[in-house]
Amino acid sequence: MDNSHIPQTLPRYSATFDPHTLSEIRRAAATGIYDIRGGGAKRKLPHFDDLLFLGASVSRYPLEGYREKCSTDVWLGTRFAKKPLHLKIPITIAGMSFGALSGNAKEALGRGASLAGTSTTTGDGGMTPEERGQSQHLVYQYLPSRYGMNPDDLRKADAIEIVIGQGAKPGGGGMLLGQKISDRVAAMRTLPKGIDQRSACRHPDWTGPDDLEIKIEELREITDWEKPIYVKVGATRPYYDVALAVKSGADVVVLDGMQGGTAATQDVFIEHVGIPILSAIRPAVQALQDLGMHRKVQLIVSGGIRNGADVAKALALGADAVAIGTAALVALGDNDPHHEPEYQALGTTAGAYDDWHEGKDPAGITTQDPILAARLDPVAAGRRLANYLAVMTLEAQTIARACGKSHLHNLEPEDLVALTLEAAAMAKVPLAGTDWIPGQRY
Amino acid sequence: MPVIDLAVTPKRDLNAALHALSADTNETHWTIANPEGQHAIAAGVDAPITIEIDGHAGYYCAGMNKQATIVVNGNVGVGVAENMMSGRVHVKGDASQAAGATAHGGLLVIDGNASARCGISMKGVDIVVKGSIGPMSAFMAQAGNLVVLGDAGEALGDSLYETRIFVRGSVKGLGADCIEKEMRPEHLEALRKLLAEAGCDAGVRPEDFRRYGSARQLYNFHVDNASAY
Repeated sequence: MDNSHIPQTLPRYSATFDPHTLSEIRRAAATGIYDIRGGGAKRKLPHFDDLLFLGASVSRYPLEGYREKCSTDVWLGTRFAKKPLHLKIPITIAGMSFGALSGNAKEALGRGASLAGTSTTTGDGGMTPEERGQSQHLVYQYLPSRYGMNPDDLRKADAIEIVIGQGAKPGGGGMLLGQKISDRVAAMRTLPKGIDQRSACRHPDWTGPDDLEIKIEELREITDWEKPIYVKVGATRPYYDVALAVKSGADVVVLDGMQGGTAATQDVFIEHVGIPILSAIRPAVQALQDLGMHRKVQLIVSGGIRNGADVAKALALGADAVAIGTAALVALGDNDPHHEPEYQALGTTAGAYDDWHEGKDPAGITTQDPILAARLDPVAAGRRLANYLAVMTLEAQTIARACGKSHLHNLEPEDLVALTLEAAAMAKVPLAGTDWIPGQRY
Repeated sequence: MPVIDLAVTPKRDLNAALHALSADTNETHWTIANPEGQHAIAAGVDAPITIEIDGHAGYYCAGMNKQATIVVNGNVGVGVAENMMSGRVHVKGDASQAAGATAHGGLLVIDGNASARCGISMKGVDIVVKGSIGPMSAFMAQAGNLVVLGDAGEALGDSLYETRIFVRGSVKGLGADCIEKEMRPEHLEALRKLLAEAGCDAGVRPEDFRRYGSARQLYNFHVDNASAY
């Protein structure tokens, strides 16, 4: 019988077992090991895009967009440090290690940050001379692994960031696979060359907030109370974590949402542990306010910050500054379509490349291969980062002036509304066109 | 011969004074009285001096020490000589947890016992404990030598890298990827030197120790090691 005239139902993929899920099941079955990748959460999450600003109108007075001043500076570490940081813009560069990144990439981050008048941050691998030399303001991370940790670099730093967790993997330690443990990286970390390095997830010599308080005291004693001390946490229970960080004596709390990137960890960790930064800021600010420490202990938030609108929204929700990592790497040249043939050869495409742990980055950023690393000109890349930071700052100022604010820090939750119920509940601002904040008003 | 009484002088002033010393200082012998368990005593010193602490010290005593010889005539709290770079720290009493944690160099001698996580993540320091050590010692230890004249607790050397562990007494249990290894002549010689440096070679025979180190099976991810991840 000829059935050719019968219309065919189109093939239908399962929403549950979608093509990506199927491919991961096949990969897992073939290898017996979990998928490791770089970057942050890729799933769609409630984010700053779900918020809108209420520009000035009859009831509010705007500032002239090109004439009236809208300041952008921020002080970090004013609680205890003798030498707090004073940055020109409230956009900092997040911690990324030499090892995860090439030496040229670290130098470029320092150059770009310095041109913009902001800080950059070391990572799980110690401080390199290139980075220190090119960074006007350098934050030195103090991590569970303590790779490369030494008192000389501690004293060279402008601030110290005690890393308890990060948004991509709260509760997890660092990871750097053997392809990137070059001679120099191995020497800096006191590790055998070529091993798959798995960092500890807990600090070796303190446990809990009471010990952390004593650890912070030790770091202050070693540095003669000069350096601001940050405490960085991955966003999970922000109210309590921020409160305990303040109790422990932090000058600054860094709060990283699940969109924040990592050099390498399990995909299941990135996508299923932690909470979006949008949902974490208000509880963190509430903790500071309840302790009478808002603006006294500064709050830096990170995880998916992409443009000046994101900066303005984070600050309006109560943060003092933001940090960027993934976006900074893109500004340097990461995932640039210029390298598309090489991304294709690696089985991916520009914009989706996340196998940073393999060290084959065509852009020369997430690699220790000297030939690939040489592709990145740290001066030109630093300039691109500075340009990008300038654009973000101008964008944030544009919004702030439209809301009648003479400083970015004058933005407030009252300037915001939400497009979705989820965002309204998380950011604790009204659903647009209503005065309804889920869970607060009816 | 400065004598600092911590019942009178704030610890912050003491540490600041120690940090201000130059390499050619004439004030080469310091005595600290009445430590009363305060934390971070003599932390961050970087000068070729000797510091004697007469009494018990709290957490992070001699933390990040460089060059100095620091003697504690008492017990110490958590993290003595943590991240030490060089020099010598000698505890006459017992040490709490994480003694010598992450230390890169120098020599830490503990006359008494050391609690859990002794030598955790050590990166090149030599540690000699005349008594026994607690569980999870030398966890993820990367380099250096840990010598124990007494016994070792559970999970010794879990996930360790290239640190060498020598234990004279019993070992309650080995951690993941830690195995007993052959004691070759070069190890006996290294151990003999370490015992002499620590001042505990009298009547102590290197031949009575057993050596433990990494099986190096967890150095690279492999499906057959999944249970250890």
